Amino acid sequence: MARRPLQEINAGSMADIAFLLLIFFLVTTTMDTNKGMMRQLPPIVPPEEIKDTDVRERDVFVVLINRADQLLVEGSRMEISELREKTKEFFDNPTNNPNLSDRKSKEIEFFGTVDVSKGVVSLQNDRGTSYDKYIAVQNELVAAVNELRNDLSKRKFGKPFDDLDEPQQDAVQKYYPLAISEAEPKTYSK
Amino acid sequence: MATFKKKGGNRTPAISTASLPDIVFMLLFFFMVATTMKEVDLKVRTSLPEATEIKKLEDKANVSYIYVGPPQKKYWAKLGKEPLIQLNDQFAELNDIAPFIEGERELRDPSNVPKMTTALKADSETKMGIITDIKQELRKVNALKLNYTTRQKNE
Repeated sequence: MARRPLQEINAGSMADIAFLLLIFFLVTTTMDTNKGMMRQLPPIVPPEEIKDTDVRERDVFVVLINRADQLLVEGSRMEISELREKTKEFFDNPTNNPNLSDRKSKEIEFFGTVDVSKGVVSLQNDRGTSYDKYIAVQNELVAAVNELRNDLSKRKFGKPFDDLDEPQQDAVQKYYPLAISEAEPKTYSK
Repeated sequence: MATFKKKGGNRTPAISTASLPDIVFMLLFFFMVATTMKEVDLKVRTSLPEATEIKKLEDKANVSYIYVGPPQKKYWAKLGKEPLIQLNDQFAELNDIAPFIEGERELRDPSNVPKMTTALKADSETKMGIITDIKQELRKVNALKLNYTTRQKNE
């Protein structure tokens, strides 16, 4: 039998096949965003079980957003750009200002007994508030707490919060809990 | 002197397309990695708000999606432009949310039910009224883990 030289396979149609696959993927898939802000909703409490909680006024950081997307923070108008600093100041209260959040001592792993802020952010919005603004405000509040946590992690462990191991993260989270309370919805405007 | 050029004698050689498949395959792999399969046919417009303090949604199998936004243009005549809720492939009402969440729970292994998260993909121009109503509905069925899906904002 005569040996014929192996013929080269024609690869010209390979591109067509690949294009077909490519177009299939382009059509059936989306550039999906699967990122977002995780929040925990409060469970519904039956009305008869609602108790007056003994949170003092100085420990509550009231953030109101009206239907025109304006912010009222602790009784005064504020731009959203200031919110982060104000929130940090409220939780940290470095000058022991009696109008900002009080502290209580708490036993935390790695830190020992420390004074932790009792502050709670109370966020209320109107039905007419835009979702965009609401997310922006939530973002600033979360950012404030994250910055405080990051600063603390750097001071205590010498690295940012994200690089800590789990028990350390838990400890830092206990030091600065993300205390955002959203009021039961009220209707101000339809 | 009087020479005629031989026809086609000095043409540029054809460009080799041998590397074309490689280029296309590269594109193909990029899209395979960077995209995900469409879960539903979107009937509402959801241009998501932007935020910086965001986390990636892990454990996608345990996520149920709620879409909120104004209907796509082709539904305007029938449904108007006001934001609506979409669950799975169809428009829904507020009181469809509870059965939807229950249904999603039944699809999952019981051990995974506490890990279930609801991702809210809402258009940034939506008013909070409808969002608050959805949140109340979710609280009623005790689906308390909520993710406000947002885009990454570049600072």
